[in-house]
Amino acid sequence: MRPDGAALVTGASGGIGAAVADRLAGQGWPVGVHYRSDEAGAAEVVERIESGGGSAVALHADVSERDAADRLVGELEDRFGPVLALVNSAGTRADGLAPQLKDEHWDRVIETNLSAAFRLTRRVLRPMLRARYGRVVNIASVVGPRANAGQSNYAASKAGLIAMTHTVAVEVARRGITVNAVAPGFVETGLTADISSEAVAAEIPARRPGRPEEVAACVGFLASDEASYVTGTTLTVDGGMSA
Amino acid sequence: MTAKAEPEAVEKVIFDGLAEVGAEPSDINREATFEALDVDSLDLVEIAQIVEDEFGVELAGEDVQDLKTVGEVVDLVVSKGS
Repeated sequence: MRPDGAALVTGASGGIGAAVADRLAGQGWPVGVHYRSDEAGAAEVVERIESGGGSAVALHADVSERDAADRLVGELEDRFGPVLALVNSAGTRADGLAPQLKDEHWDRVIETNLSAAFRLTRRVLRPMLRARYGRVVNIASVVGPRANAGQSNYAASKAGLIAMTHTVAVEVARRGITVNAVAPGFVETGLTADISSEAVAAEIPARRPGRPEEVAACVGFLASDEASYVTGTTLTVDGGMSA
Repeated sequence: MTAKAEPEAVEKVIFDGLAEVGAEPSDINREATFEALDVDSLDLVEIAQIVEDEFGVELAGEDVQDLKTVGEVVDLVVSKGS
């Protein structure tokens, strides 16, 4: 049985994060809807959750800042109690071929996609250890385990996220805390708006891009009580692309 | 607000913390080793967090890794908190 607590979803103002926030609210979690720049998007997600009878609050932060994890989690705890589910969905891209990739683009992607996820995970493990219960789900990518030219920073961040997921999972498994990753393939979101879905679809056995809800459904499972024995794994959701 | 790290208070919080992570209450005393109490590194992390919440004293991994007995940790917290 799940103890009382809240779920924090980063990058939840749109795309996969918003779909995850909806999903977790539907599973009975009060949800912290984190956003960085899209305040209106986050407000819309909160409104949708509340009108469906759930509880949610929009939380603003740039997770690449060092003190953001403490502040975000603290704010959510003040509102809804201990954070017992964390979905690290905040992610960014800054593509470029390696010879021309700027330090600032390397750093920004690693900080947002990997270091911020670590700091948030470290912070929420405190209440999770005390509660003997926790669900951490990291949104990784099929890019990382497999190559994608022009994304050395993004691939490194996502491969790092998967490695971190597996290691932290092992450290805390005996306390009822599960830590897993979901690795989406090509999903139609704001982050992929500049990529032609028709061109990509030819490479996907399912012959279409994924929908945020299809990723959120997998996150919902990993965050559920039913997934209590699933930890340290990566669930690929890519229409067969990496099969 | 955190409490003052007086020896008796620290001892009580650490003893209670050890019981909470599964050590047998009747075996917990200052001379007991963590090994004998079957307290592992993750248990010690939890106790460090309890101590930090109660007394505002931060115990880093390297602070406690060489400590063998409950009394040594109590003494370290008291000395750091004074």
